[in-house]
Amino acid sequence: MMHEFTRWLAATSLSEHIQDIFWVIPTVQIVHIVSIAVVMTSMAMLDLRLVGVAGRRQSLTDMAHRFLPWVWTAVVVLLCSGSILIIGEPARDLLNKMFWLKMSLLAAALVLTWTFQHMLHRNSLFWDRNRAAAIVLGVVSLAMWVGIIGAGRWIAYVEHG
Amino acid sequence: MIKQLLQALEATPWGTAVRENTWLFPTIESIHVLSLVTVVGSIMIVDLRLLNLASRQRSVKDLTDDVLPWTWTAFVSAAITGTLLFSSSAVRYSGIWQFEVKMCLLVLAAINMGIFHLGVFRSVAQWNEAPARPPLAARVAGGVSLIIWVIIVALGRWVGFE
Repeated sequence: MMHEFTRWLAATSLSEHIQDIFWVIPTVQIVHIVSIAVVMTSMAMLDLRLVGVAGRRQSLTDMAHRFLPWVWTAVVVLLCSGSILIIGEPARDLLNKMFWLKMSLLAAALVLTWTFQHMLHRNSLFWDRNRAAAIVLGVVSLAMWVGIIGAGRWIAYVEHG
Repeated sequence: MIKQLLQALEATPWGTAVRENTWLFPTIESIHVLSLVTVVGSIMIVDLRLLNLASRQRSVKDLTDDVLPWTWTAFVSAAITGTLLFSSSAVRYSGIWQFEVKMCLLVLAAINMGIFHLGVFRSVAQWNEAPARPPLAARVAGGVSLIIWVIIVALGRWVGFE
């Protein structure tokens, strides 16, 4: 089924346009990687604060207020630029195990980020009172974002099909 | 002379290993990407503060104390992994104009940073806290840095397509 969908997507005129214009994919990749820089460092600052090794002079609520808008905005840019890359080269991504590993990690990381935000919003001291949970969340979240970047780069090196 | 140096670099044990081993290049490249997004992202945090566009409630000194150690750690990692990747095909990479411009811009970024740290940053105590706006020299340094680093990322990605 995914093969059929991939073939259909590759034959759409939008996909053909993206493939025909040589600079689209490199340019979109650059937008994608700059957005990754925004998400990665913003999440790293929050995760390291959760673990307690950075930004300790600032409250978690203030940190979240500073960084989460950047995270969610950049995630939207990443979803858009990522979609263009998929439409341009469907088989490269949709038939690639690394791509699906990346998407699974991304889904899990976004759920964790939402959970972090939700609990903090309900009780601004939640993560300061539940230190063990905060440390686990920070470590797991950071590891996931590292995994997302690693898997993303490896998409280019794994045989698809 | 330079060509011989580049060839010697390719012939080093690490240059040979990265070139000949199928998984070593992507692995080092992944670490390079992880490092560079940390370098650029953390620099953006500082630049946007200098431009008065983000983290305005945070003192500039506190912010740089928090962020810059991670920037430098990631930069060392990016430089080491970058050198390893370069060594795998030093002659070829050095002939790609995007790579050459990228290296020049790295030097420019360093000069910009030097001017900032030796200049206006020394009086940071006077414009540290909101509502004070960073002086023009600081805003210029932040803006120049932001532009240079985005171009460095773009050129780096472009090298991979050549």
